[in-house]
Amino acid sequence: MDRHRRQALKSGGGLSLVALLAAAGWIDPAAAATEAWNSAAFQTHDMDTTLKALGDGKPVPSTNVVFFSTPDIAENGAVVPIGITSKVPGTESIAILVAKNPNMLAALFELPPGTEPSITTRVKMRETSDVYALVKAGGNYYMTSKEIKVTLGGCGG
Amino acid sequence: MPDPMKIRANLVGDSTEVKVLMSHEMDTGLAKDSSGKIIPAWFIQTVTVLHNDKRVLYAQWGTAVSKNPFMSFRFKGGAKGDKVTITWVDNHNETRTDSAIVG
Amino acid sequence: MPRKLRSIPGAAAALALGALAVTLSLIPAPAAAEQSVEKAIEQYRQDLQGGNPAELWEARGEDIWNTPRGPKHVSFKSCDLGLGPGVVKGAYAELPRYFPDAGRVLDLESRLVWCMVNQQGFTHAEATKITFGKGAHKRSDLEALAAYVVAQSDGVKMNVSLADPHVRDMYAVGEKMFFYRAGTHDFACATCHGSDGKRIRLQDLPNLTKKADAQKAYTTWPAYRVSQGEVRTFQWRLHDCLRQQRFPDLIYGSDASIALTTYLAARANGAAYAGPGMKR
Repeated sequence: MDRHRRQALKSGGGLSLVALLAAAGWIDPAAAATEAWNSAAFQTHDMDTTLKALGDGKPVPSTNVVFFSTPDIAENGAVVPIGITSKVPGTESIAILVAKNPNMLAALFELPPGTEPSITTRVKMRETSDVYALVKAGGNYYMTSKEIKVTLGGCGG
Repeated sequence: MPDPMKIRANLVGDSTEVKVLMSHEMDTGLAKDSSGKIIPAWFIQTVTVLHNDKRVLYAQWGTAVSKNPFMSFRFKGGAKGDKVTITWVDNHNETRTDSAIVG
Repeated sequence: MPRKLRSIPGAAAALALGALAVTLSLIPAPAAAEQSVEKAIEQYRQDLQGGNPAELWEARGEDIWNTPRGPKHVSFKSCDLGLGPGVVKGAYAELPRYFPDAGRVLDLESRLVWCMVNQQGFTHAEATKITFGKGAHKRSDLEALAAYVVAQSDGVKMNVSLADPHVRDMYAVGEKMFFYRAGTHDFACATCHGSDGKRIRLQDLPNLTKKADAQKAYTTWPAYRVSQGEVRTFQWRLHDCLRQQRFPDLIYGSDASIALTTYLAARANGAAYAGPGMKR
């Protein structure tokens, strides 16, 4: 298991070629997708390791990364709506990180030029936690965070 | 065969807004069933969105994306009648591709 | 406070234990701090709108509806939900109703089961084998069908007619059941849903004796239940309420379930149906 993980870590960096080939239409996108899942990044438990697996950036706090349609309190941790917009020029990707989840990285969205730097999705949260929005632009990383409280749901409706 | 996705692609100003719902358990691999056995991780790992033949989004997901995932975003351009095609692949190598016409 | 318990020694302790078990807290009107929590929860609910996974159930239900099935190879296009065979649009807003061919008042789900048995040739046991689904390997056709059918009444005003005496009888029985206290906890539906300001944990409980609350509650079921990742029907809603009341299992499609449904559906009359909903 550990060895497998180290291998995954090692190979984590070189995968973008596959993605490139897929974008160029040279290989089947479904097959490319399997290849390009960054398994190392999805097995980390702290910020440093996560950042390392994602490309070893040093994020700076930025007011240009903004949460929207993201609640302060989630009635149920199974479904927490998250919306992130980046006003950083040249935004290439947006990642959602949940500090206290078993694995920190929840999702990574790679946005080619022409795609607006804004996404919404829904994630699971094990408990009340800081949630980070990590933006990559021009080789640099920008970040903002927000605490989302998770309550135990009752039985109403 | 996985269930079809529900894709909406609509022009909003000079952008196309894509909203998609996918039918997937997104099991974390941490939960147990009623007999106490771990339910193995089963989750979508990658999502590719094409506008006609051009890639407009590529996502990598972990187990923390909610069951029956939802995602929305916008890309610039797009015209009524264009095709938006979405493919997901999960960790069992199951895959599903569906399309919608921009309206 | 349940009346019966007052004279029994140790009743307070028993009640406290009971309350813990049900995690039921019948707390008075929330204070200011709690109101901001309520506002935040309301924000959460709003943020969830706009992509209801119930749509996945609707699509599956539509497929099932149109596919010939069962020993007799008949589709639901011959199933009459009250507006004619195969007519789905607006049908849910007028259910439950009396069906002469069945000789009973039926709600949506019992009518679907009736069509499966009497038109498609399934046994009742087969038709009701999976009423409430769980995950990819135990999916309920009934939940998918219900999601599809109710969605075709979106925006249609609830209009359950009490003109038929059978329906009036069911309404009266349903009303009686709603206020009927029983079980180990001496609960009625009305214990939790009969006055303002009640809640279970953070969930505000609708006061179903008030028209506005009754309308809002009924018109947003069935719903995608976020906590379960499943679409749940009104039969499920009642089943789970009665479970929490520590009543015996409510039998799916039983007269008891239909009577309660008739009472609650008719009390929603006049409001536009707005389901399937999406709830925590």
